Amino acid sequence: MMGPGIPWYLAISAMLFSIGVAGVLLRRSPLIVLLSLELMLNAANLAFVGFSRLFGEMDGQVFALSVMAVAAAEVCVGLGLIVAMARRNLALDVDAFTELRG
Amino acid sequence: MGNVVVWVIWLVAAAACLFTGVRVVIATSPFSSALSLIGNLASLATLYLLASGEFIAAAQILVYAGAVMVMFLFVIAYLGGRADAPWAGGTKLIQAASVVTASALMAVTLVAVMLDAGGRLSDESDVDRAFGSPAEMGRLFLTDHLLAFEITSIVLLVAAVGGVVLGMRSQAEALADAEEAAQP
Repeated sequence: MMGPGIPWYLAISAMLFSIGVAGVLLRRSPLIVLLSLELMLNAANLAFVGFSRLFGEMDGQVFALSVMAVAAAEVCVGLGLIVAMARRNLALDVDAFTELRG
Repeated sequence: MGNVVVWVIWLVAAAACLFTGVRVVIATSPFSSALSLIGNLASLATLYLLASGEFIAAAQILVYAGAVMVMFLFVIAYLGGRADAPWAGGTKLIQAASVVTASALMAVTLVAVMLDAGGRLSDESDVDRAFGSPAEMGRLFLTDHLLAFEITSIVLLVAAVGGVVLGMRSQAEALADAEEAAQP
């Protein structure tokens, strides 16, 4: 294979996933939390594509495509929730929602 | 020679990927976060191309950077100033703990990858030109992975219905609006 080997892809994937984790833990805006979730999903996709190339099997790419579809579904519902929150004049702050806290 | 070009393209794409990823998290305006994510998706598509995932790269640009991100930008524009939520919550200790947790996760994964980098992870299989092509993806989706394909369509349908239900006005809201309108 020309260029970098699979460990390089996995390293980028690990770094991107950690950036996404930091975003979910740090930021309070549900929009940015959703964007950080996308980062984590894409990091997983990169690992899938890398492993797919490593083993020479395309199943990993098929799975990555399914992950993309599920991510689109998740964005649809997540953005619907955010818009519903905004219409009820609730603060767009994930720390403000404590009703379900046990 | 071709090797050097591939390395340079790969390194530029990887650097852009990490830079835009950090920008998504640290940008203060949600607009720049979303735009950075588009850059992130585009650089990831470049990495997919270099790992012989042609169809995945095209789908990434069309579906993700195209459709999904446009939806994000529409919602951010719809929310306007309300989208600018507080940057970070919790005490300084909680924030520091979050960063430490994420860094520890990264360190563990990187060490695990590096320990295997010279061994199992380095002997890649040889693939032919059909690997990652749309024709091959389509064949797999309609033969080996038909069930996953059908379930994906149901998931998307349910998500679309869920989006409509979430966007509907509740009866209580409609009543309150009607009462407001009835008053002089």
